[in-house]
Amino acid sequence: MYRYDEFDQDFVTDRVAQFRDQVARRVSGELTEDQFKPLRLMNGVYLQLHAYMLRIAVPYGTLDSRQMRKLAHVARRYDRGYGHFTTRQNLQFNWPKLSDIPDILAELASVEMHAIQTSGNCIRNVTADHFAGAAADEVADPRPYAEILRQWSSLHPEFVFLPRKFKVAVTGAERDRAAIQVHDIGLHLKKDENGRLGFAVYIGGGQGRTPMIAKKIRDFLPEEDLLSYSEAILRVYNLNGRRDNKYKARIKILVHETGADEISRQVEEEWERIRHGALKLPQGEVERIREYFAAPAGLEAAAPSSDLAAARKADPEFDAWVRQNTIPHRVAGHVSATISLKPIGGTPGDATADQMDVVADLAERYAFDEIRVSHEQNLILPHVAEDNLRAVYDGLVAAGLATANAGLVTDIIACPGLDYCALANARSIPVAQRISQRFGDIARQREIGELKIKISGCINACGHHHVGHIGILGVEKKGEEFYQISLGGSGDENSAIGDIIGRGFSTDEIVDAVETIVDTYIARRAAPDETFLAAYRRLGQAPFKEALYGTA
Amino acid sequence: MSDSIITANDLGNGLVVFLKADGGWSQRLADARVVGPDALPEAVAYGKAQHDARIVVEPYDIEVTVENGVPVPVRLRERIRAAGPTVAYGEAEIAERAALSKAG
Repeated sequence: MYRYDEFDQDFVTDRVAQFRDQVARRVSGELTEDQFKPLRLMNGVYLQLHAYMLRIAVPYGTLDSRQMRKLAHVARRYDRGYGHFTTRQNLQFNWPKLSDIPDILAELASVEMHAIQTSGNCIRNVTADHFAGAAADEVADPRPYAEILRQWSSLHPEFVFLPRKFKVAVTGAERDRAAIQVHDIGLHLKKDENGRLGFAVYIGGGQGRTPMIAKKIRDFLPEEDLLSYSEAILRVYNLNGRRDNKYKARIKILVHETGADEISRQVEEEWERIRHGALKLPQGEVERIREYFAAPAGLEAAAPSSDLAAARKADPEFDAWVRQNTIPHRVAGHVSATISLKPIGGTPGDATADQMDVVADLAERYAFDEIRVSHEQNLILPHVAEDNLRAVYDGLVAAGLATANAGLVTDIIACPGLDYCALANARSIPVAQRISQRFGDIARQREIGELKIKISGCINACGHHHVGHIGILGVEKKGEEFYQISLGGSGDENSAIGDIIGRGFSTDEIVDAVETIVDTYIARRAAPDETFLAAYRRLGQAPFKEALYGTA
Repeated sequence: MSDSIITANDLGNGLVVFLKADGGWSQRLADARVVGPDALPEAVAYGKAQHDARIVVEPYDIEVTVENGVPVPVRLRERIRAAGPTVAYGEAEIAERAALSKAG
């Protein structure tokens, strides 16, 4: 588990004191909004549709029970009893008073948390595979590198005023669960033919109004060069990225306009200048940080649990949850369990304070005190002994957190949309809720199989609609909400931007349209194990277009 | 001719507020002072002055119709902003889903 070192503790404490003074001066009228806005944004404070919003960093999505309980406490004491887990593995509170935020940040600092670099044109919270350190298919844990990047990028004076925000994601497995190809920098941790660790480096991916799949500019970057190479990329971007137009300021536009080969050449040139300098990672330091992420004490191989087998046989609902919401662990006799924050008809990613406390208790008692936030807006218990699964499940059932839908059609990503967001053009949450209700029957969901629906309420694409198998984009048309559907997107190791299928649908039509697409897939799939995405890639748009619009 | 009201956010708690006839601000849409096109520039200027005086944040005018004596914003965005999220949240959301599943 990551912990603050003395530098972190000092700078977070100093930052809280500094922001407390800034808020006091703002509330007393000494600072104007123009003066205050850049200061609040540096501390994760937005002004949203209804109120201020505080975005709290969860580095690489990793939490312990103490931190989760603190979030529950903040939700109860300072907000409206709930929080929203986001597609960037962060947590947002929707209703904090400005004058309370310094106290909230002080409370967070007491459990090694903060809101630094969760907004603004800087390097944002580094994200990672939510099964990091646990997944059976992992080459190595990506989080030590995410942490090294976090340390390097925190308050980095050269990169505090980039042309635009900058997002880095790291995966340690071939199967990409961190969507690295739609990030500004995507790092795929792997081994070369000599067994040395390093990274395939992707740059220039992103969603928003101009979606792009990242370009691979290096197939293997040795581990020790991680920071110097990242700094070279950032320097090329910082120098050449456009500052004249906010909508063309992300590195994806620079890569697209300059060409990946030329950008790669510039990065390599800059890297040559600095690669042997202070940023070369000392092996001892990598090992030291890797120690933070060592497997928890007591996580040792165990025989398959006979109790689990018996419990599954006796209870079909428990069996279904185990089948759908757990994945193999690299240590025998254990699994990683997904706690779905997608109850049928619920708000994707929301958890109440009581639910956060339940998750904290279960993690502490049964799961080596580790919790993850996934970019799919669920929570994860990465290390659970098979013998403890039943107890975990019972705890989740009691808290309304045992929906057995991980990866299924009701496991929908949705941004806050027009219900909360000042930028949105249309609502996302009610559409997600209605689709969830339509497909609520669990037998039907299982028959449909893996299907990722992702909904954004505006072109900024916080709901990742471009990479949804079915993507839904809300727009405003003549004062009404309209929803545009795209098909065939994917945010995994074979990332693709979805194709817009045709004219949009009204609020009344959108759920029927989604059902038509799903029914068409079921009717046309080659076999029950051909996934929606595979079927779409084989069939193309035509049958779906015909089903939706009556024309081929 | 279209009617308007002036809205902003409260500086301290961030909540949505509306300019009242007495020059103060209220969280209740029904309290909002409705102004016609002639009075709008003066109301907008007053809102800006209140922003500059660090009383409210980011004031702007929105178009409304008056129904049963109460202003109703024309744009959906402004109706949602005035009334709060259209979906239940927190414990209320859980209670609503529980009630639905019982009814169903």
